Amino acid sequence: MVSKPFDSARLFAAVAAARMARLASRTLGRGGGSTVPGVVARRVDPGVLTELSRRLPLGSAAITGTNGKTTTTRMISRILQTAGVRAVNNSTGANLVTGVTAALVLDSDLFGEPASEMGLFEVDEASVPKVAAEADLQILAVLNLFRDQLDRYGELAYTGKVISSAFEDLPENGSVVLNADDPLVASLGRSAGKPVYYGVDEPALDTGRLQHIADSKDCPLCGTALHYDAVYMGHVGVYDCPGCPFGRPVLAYRASRVRLDGARGVDFVLQAPGGETEVRLNLPGLYNVYNALAAAAVAAEAGVGLEHISRALREFGGAFGRVERVKAGDREAFLLLIKNPVGFNEILRTFVASDDARHVLIAINDNHADGRDVSWLWDVDFEMLADARLEGRTKGASPFTVTGTRAEDMAVRLKYADLPVGAVIPDLEEALKTALEATPPGETLYVLPTYTAMLEIRKTLSELGYTHPFWED
Amino acid sequence: MKLTIHHLYADMMNLYGDRGNVISIKKRCEWRGIPVEVVDVGLGEPIKPTGCDLFLFGGGQDREQTLLVEDLAGKKGADLRAIVEDGGVVLGVCGGYQLMGHYYETPEGEKLPGVGVFDLHTEPRKPDEERLIGNVLVRVRGPEDDRWREIVGFENHGGRTYLGAGVEPLGEAVVGFGNNGKDGTEGARRLNAYGTYLHGSLLPKNPWLTDQLMLNALRRVDDAFELEPLDDAAERVAFESVANRVRHG
Ligand SMILES: [Zn+2]
Repeated sequence: MVSKPFDSARLFAAVAAARMARLASRTLGRGGGSTVPGVVARRVDPGVLTELSRRLPLGSAAITGTNGKTTTTRMISRILQTAGVRAVNNSTGANLVTGVTAALVLDSDLFGEPASEMGLFEVDEASVPKVAAEADLQILAVLNLFRDQLDRYGELAYTGKVISSAFEDLPENGSVVLNADDPLVASLGRSAGKPVYYGVDEPALDTGRLQHIADSKDCPLCGTALHYDAVYMGHVGVYDCPGCPFGRPVLAYRASRVRLDGARGVDFVLQAPGGETEVRLNLPGLYNVYNALAAAAVAAEAGVGLEHISRALREFGGAFGRVERVKAGDREAFLLLIKNPVGFNEILRTFVASDDARHVLIAINDNHADGRDVSWLWDVDFEMLADARLEGRTKGASPFTVTGTRAEDMAVRLKYADLPVGAVIPDLEEALKTALEATPPGETLYVLPTYTAMLEIRKTLSELGYTHPFWED
Repeated sequence: MKLTIHHLYADMMNLYGDRGNVISIKKRCEWRGIPVEVVDVGLGEPIKPTGCDLFLFGGGQDREQTLLVEDLAGKKGADLRAIVEDGGVVLGVCGGYQLMGHYYETPEGEKLPGVGVFDLHTEPRKPDEERLIGNVLVRVRGPEDDRWREIVGFENHGGRTYLGAGVEPLGEAVVGFGNNGKDGTEGARRLNAYGTYLHGSLLPKNPWLTDQLMLNALRRVDDAFELEPLDDAAERVAFESVANRVRHG
C-alpha cells in the first residue's frame, strides 16, 4: 500500500461532507442512508478509509462467506460488547467498501478521531480485496463458500481466488480464520501467513449422504473426489483427499458434543487454544454452531477470553429477520429465512423432519435479491422428508401452503417429491392469512421465505398488528 | 421393459438443478408403473447401455468442464457418438450441450474439444459482453408430429454457441438469448439427441418434452409403446405462470 502524505483538511472535508449527506438522505427519507455517506466521503478523499481505519487502536476484523455473515458479525459484536471493547459495525446490506467507509466516517468526530477501538465488518465476497487493501485488517474470517446467486458471482473457485488474493494485505501476525470443514475454504489457508481453522467433531450429526449440491465435493487442489468420514451439511464435513496430501486441517477451535435442541437452540463444547467451555446457544441448527464457532475464533484471535465468549453467546438472541418468532393473535409465526439449498435442507432437517413444524408456509420469490434462477429448488432434499414419512420416522406436517412469485414452481417441486401440496396462493398477503387461519390456535405456523418474501411477510404481519417479535437483536 | 437413465458426470455436472430433470423422468415413469433405474456415470466409468436408455448430460463449472474433456476424448466420447448415430436419446444441458459440439473455447482462449455429435462450436464471452442470463421461452417444432410447442426455462451462460450446417436448432428463442443472443436460435437437435441452454429445471415445467424423450427411448424396444396420460395440472400452471411473465416482460 502506498502511503500518501496525510491531508487533514481533506479528511475533515470528507467527514463533514459525509455527515451532511447522511442528514440529507434522512431528511429526504430516501433509502441507501447506510452507504451514501461512504460514497460522498470517498469522493472528497479517496484515502479516507485507509486513514480512519489506521486510527482504530485494535485494528479491524472482516467477516465474509456465503452464509451466516450477518449472524456471525452480530455474535462477535455481542462478544466484544460483553468484553468491554467498543467496536464499530457496518450495517447489514451495506457490505461493500462504501458501506465500510460509511460506518467508519460516521463513527468519527469531525477531526476523524474514531469513537470506537475496533472495526468489525461484514464484507461481500467480491469486495474483500478492496476492503483489505484499504482498511487495516488484523483478522479476516471466511465462513463458507456455497453456490448462492451464481448469476452474481460466477464460479465458486473464482470467488475463493478473489478472497485469498486479499491475504497479502494482512500483517504478518494477522489471523485468517477459516472453516476447516468446507474444503474450498480450508484450501485457501495455503496462501495465508497465519491460518486459524475451526470445525465440528460430532459423529452423531453425520447425515451419511452428500446432499445433491455440486459445490465442492472434489479436491480443490487436484480434482480427485474427496473421501468423507462425515458429511454435516452440503459439502461441509470431515474429509480427506485420496489423490494428494490435502485434507481437513488441524482445528484450533473445535465444537464437539453438539446437541441439537429442536427449534429452541443447541448446546456444544467449545475447545480453543485457551481452554474449553460449554456453550448454550438460543438459536437452532448446526449452521448456527458454525456461526458461533467462527465468532468465537475471531473474538479469541482479537484477544477476548473464553468466559466472555461463552456468556455473550448464551445471551445472544439472533439476527434481525433471519430467525424470528412473532406472536400472531393466539397463534405464533416462526420465520426462517431461506437463502439456498443447504440452508433449506438444514431447516427441513431441524424442524419439519423433527415434527416441530406441523404447519408450514413456503414463500419463494425470484426477485434479484432472492436469485432470479429458482432451479436450486431441485437441489433441496425434499426426498429426505418423503423418506422419513414413508419409514414412519415422522408424522409429518399438514400439506404445505406455497406462495410467492414462484409458488407454482414450488408446488411442482413438492409434487415430484411425493409430498402433499395444500393451497397454491401466489399472493403473499393472502397466503399468509390463509395459512394462519389454518393453523390451530395455540400452535405455530412455520414460514419459510426467501429474502424479499421475508420482507413482504414481515410487512403484512405488522399491518395485521402482529409486531412484537420474541427475539429482537 | 425397464428404462435406464444414465446421468453422465452426475457428481460434477449437476449445477443449476439438473437433478430436477432426472427426478422428472424418474417420477413420470414410476407414476405410470414403468420400471426405471438411475445410473450415475462418473469420470473414468464406461457407459453401459441396456437397450432402453436415456442419457442426461448436465452443466458444470469451468474447472470441472476441463476434467471431463479428457474423459470424453477416449472411448466414452466415441460411444456417445455411436449412440446418437444409432438414434439413442440424449439430452445435453448448458455445459453438457456445449461439450456435445465440436469444441468449447474457454475465456482464456483454450479450445476444449467436445464429442462432436452436434455440428456446432462455442466461443467465449468477449470482455465487453455480458453473461446471458434470464428466463427463456422457446418455440419448438417436434419432428414427431410437426407441431409447434413451447418450453420455458432459465439460461445462464457466458459462452456463445454457433450452429453449423449439419444441425438444426431445437427451436427459436421467443424471449431470451438462446444460443448466442444474435441469430434467434436456441439449442440443437439431431436425430434423438437434444441440446439446450435451458435449465431451471427444464423438464419439470415442460412435461410434454419429458414424455417425448421417454417415448423415444421406450419405442426403441417396442415401437407401439404408448404412454398413459398423467394429470399435469400443476406443471401446466407453473409453465403458464413463467410463460405469461416473460411474454409481458
Ligand atoms: Zn487432492
